[in-house]
Amino acid sequence: MIKLTINGKVHQVDVAPDTPLLWALRDTLRLSGTKYGCGQALCGACNVLVEGSPVRACMTPVSAVAGRKITTIEAIDTQRVGKAVQEAWRKLDVVQCGYCQSGQIMSAVALLSQNRKPTDADIDNAMSGNLCRCATYVRIRAAIHEAAKALA
Amino acid sequence: MSEIIIENLSRRRFLQGSAGLTLGFCLPAIATAAAGKLGAAAAVDTEINAFLKIGTDNSVTILSKHLEMGQGSYTGLATILAEELDADWKQVRVEGAPADATRYNNTFWGPAQGTGGSTAMANSWEQMRKAGASGRAMLVSAAAKRWNVGAPEITVRDGIVSHAASGRKASFGELALDAARETVPTDVKLKDPKDFRLIGKQARRTDSLAKTNGTAQFTQDVFLPGMLVAVVAHPPLFGATVKSFDAGKARAIKGVVDVVQIPQGVAVLASDTWSAKKGRDALSVSWDESKAFKMGSDEILAKYKEMAKTPGLIAANKGDTAKSFAGAAKVIGAAFDFPYLAHAAMEPMNCVVHLKSDGCDVWNGEQFQTVDQGRVAALFGLKPEQVRLNMLYAGGSFGRRANTQSDYVLEAAHIVKAINGKILGNPAVKLVWLREDDMRGGYYRPMFHHALEAALDGSGKLVGWRHRLVGQSILTGSPFEAMLVKDGIDQVSVEGAANLPYAIPNLTVDLHTPTDIGVPVLWWRSVGSSHTAYSTEVFLDQVAAATGKDPVALRLELLAEHPRHAGVLKLAAEKANWGTPLKAAAGERRGRGVAVHESFHSYVAHVAEVTIKKDGSIRVDRVVSAVDCGTAINPDNIRSQVEGAVGFALSAALSGEITLKGGRVEQGNFDGYPLLRIGDMPKVEVHIVPSTAAPTGIGEPGVPPLAPAVANAIAAATGKFLTRMPFNTTELAA
Repeated sequence: MIKLTINGKVHQVDVAPDTPLLWALRDTLRLSGTKYGCGQALCGACNVLVEGSPVRACMTPVSAVAGRKITTIEAIDTQRVGKAVQEAWRKLDVVQCGYCQSGQIMSAVALLSQNRKPTDADIDNAMSGNLCRCATYVRIRAAIHEAAKALA
Repeated sequence: MSEIIIENLSRRRFLQGSAGLTLGFCLPAIATAAAGKLGAAAAVDTEINAFLKIGTDNSVTILSKHLEMGQGSYTGLATILAEELDADWKQVRVEGAPADATRYNNTFWGPAQGTGGSTAMANSWEQMRKAGASGRAMLVSAAAKRWNVGAPEITVRDGIVSHAASGRKASFGELALDAARETVPTDVKLKDPKDFRLIGKQARRTDSLAKTNGTAQFTQDVFLPGMLVAVVAHPPLFGATVKSFDAGKARAIKGVVDVVQIPQGVAVLASDTWSAKKGRDALSVSWDESKAFKMGSDEILAKYKEMAKTPGLIAANKGDTAKSFAGAAKVIGAAFDFPYLAHAAMEPMNCVVHLKSDGCDVWNGEQFQTVDQGRVAALFGLKPEQVRLNMLYAGGSFGRRANTQSDYVLEAAHIVKAINGKILGNPAVKLVWLREDDMRGGYYRPMFHHALEAALDGSGKLVGWRHRLVGQSILTGSPFEAMLVKDGIDQVSVEGAANLPYAIPNLTVDLHTPTDIGVPVLWWRSVGSSHTAYSTEVFLDQVAAATGKDPVALRLELLAEHPRHAGVLKLAAEKANWGTPLKAAAGERRGRGVAVHESFHSYVAHVAEVTIKKDGSIRVDRVVSAVDCGTAINPDNIRSQVEGAVGFALSAALSGEITLKGGRVEQGNFDGYPLLRIGDMPKVEVHIVPSTAAPTGIGEPGVPPLAPAVANAIAAATGKFLTRMPFNTTELAA
């Protein structure tokens, strides 16, 4: 049994300690908003926040995050920054297929939590780990600026 | 295996409005309790027609017969229907329609249901308008009876039905039950386009909310009681089969429930994905490679180049090409190479199959309903209608989920067949391909080699054009073979080349189709145009350079009879300030390039602005696009699709390449097959040509002209025309 603190709730999960957080979230806790894309920390579709920092859940064993505060897309609207990012995403219709967008939003929230007025270069840098095969990048940049404006 | 044949139905004929249309009404209209709405005063959804349900809670549910894979089909179809219904956009939601080709066929594909070829809007345009107008007429008729007034006195706007004289009003929800009892009108009046309130405006996507809060349901997100997850050991070579395997170590892993051999490999079934993966990795499989395909891509290319030395089958012939070359003052030539490309959708292929006593339930981001339904039914000995497909969002596809052989769907079904009756409760199975399974699973955009020659007369006029293509056929052996392979020519091998729009008096396009290459191939966003637009548009710039002509001026000169090509070309050139100088920083070179291409009856021109650094590395700074896809249903979605197409196509130009060595695919994940990241994404400016023509697609047409526009920009700055994709930028070092 491993104790995971997810979205403010404590869960006891019965999985092998080497199980990636991604599969504990998805298959055990049925928090399926966090996506599997590559399993190698190459695409960012599985990004979650651990103590506010973006972490690749596909390469993070549950044993490494036991007891730490984990936030997933399902609860990102409980934070002011998270809500602003979601609203900007909706206002600009960023999504296409949508599969990578949970991970994109988590990275954007982490960026805006650290930097309330990011430049395009800051955005490109902070979002470089998140692949979007639909290439919604133009709107991701615009939506992060939009969220920054709303948070100002 | 092509037991499922898709009949020919000319798209052009449909666009002229003569194809039979049916709304596929379910008669009599019935009311069904809406799922999840519990309680004494439960809301009910009334089925107004096959595409429309109106809830007593005032919801308007539009059924989409097409897959939503990012291209905006749900929003587009809902916009068309809601327009004629005069619904309030806020009350509209969309559900995936079930698999039922009698009601939900793609009207361009005869009796088959499916999504592809950028047809979703084009084939549904009249159908969805009529479905909306018919629903509106039934609401009006119900209100007229309730209020005892004449139907012509009733107006509908933004989801409210009103009678001005008496001041009476009712919502759709209040009229839903009565409306469903009305006779379905057979002849409905459609709006004058000048009265459109949603079409051409900024209707927001219907899926933005679910796709930003984690609730959107993809196949990956299906969890059924007792469901097992399957991860499969696939053969390392195309055509290899299982000789023997040892599952001892796999079975010892906690969570692993069973290990079964299937035609596609060895499947490990477990209670969860991680256990299944661990089990798969612990398998020891010995493969029979005696009949496997073992060539490398270098050898394939060498073979294609050899084939290109002799004439192939004629795909297009105009004038007297031999004579034009014999009498030419100057002949120029170029050859182009295109690699295999993986679709690499962010959601790797997956499928859920549950065999029950009365049939089979399938959950899938379903792009090819009729074909997949038929194949799964045949495997289980069921009738097609006993295979119930539940439509989910697809995390991208780019063509991959419309598999001509139903590859991953059948793989899931084979696993279910292999465990049938063996496990208590006959559980559902979710087949999960890991990224490496997806990337090495074949069905790539085919590798192609093109050779082109142009004949110029003494005044520099382009008088002859030869274009030879070598590459595998996508459609031979597929359900579309009868429709699209004519006299040995696969139409999608030569599309964009055989119908070159330029006024060249003598033209020959011929094709070699190797049949001994064992790499499975498939359509990849924009299909044949993904390579033909590159070779034709880059070669045309080579002609322009050889004759000292401006690339835009030369194209316009040759497009006099193609006003829609010329229209987007002029618009893009104007908006990009074509002809004005570009400033370059010290040590850098900059260039502007253009390309125009029609695919799927939509016209796109891109102007790319590119910076080339000393080391040859390039950066695309800005792309200015012009689009003519007929009536713009959702202009913002058109812009979004073109922005995305620019990034998707740039990814292929900069780094997209699947290679084989001894038959083995060398790439497995995004390290070996890098996709475009945000830092390389240019600014994109999209301009839409105003049009009242019937709408055509926009999912694919933004892709083809992007890479040639970038290559032409590079040539403008460096004088070097890049002849292979992905680009070899080391050639560009200063």
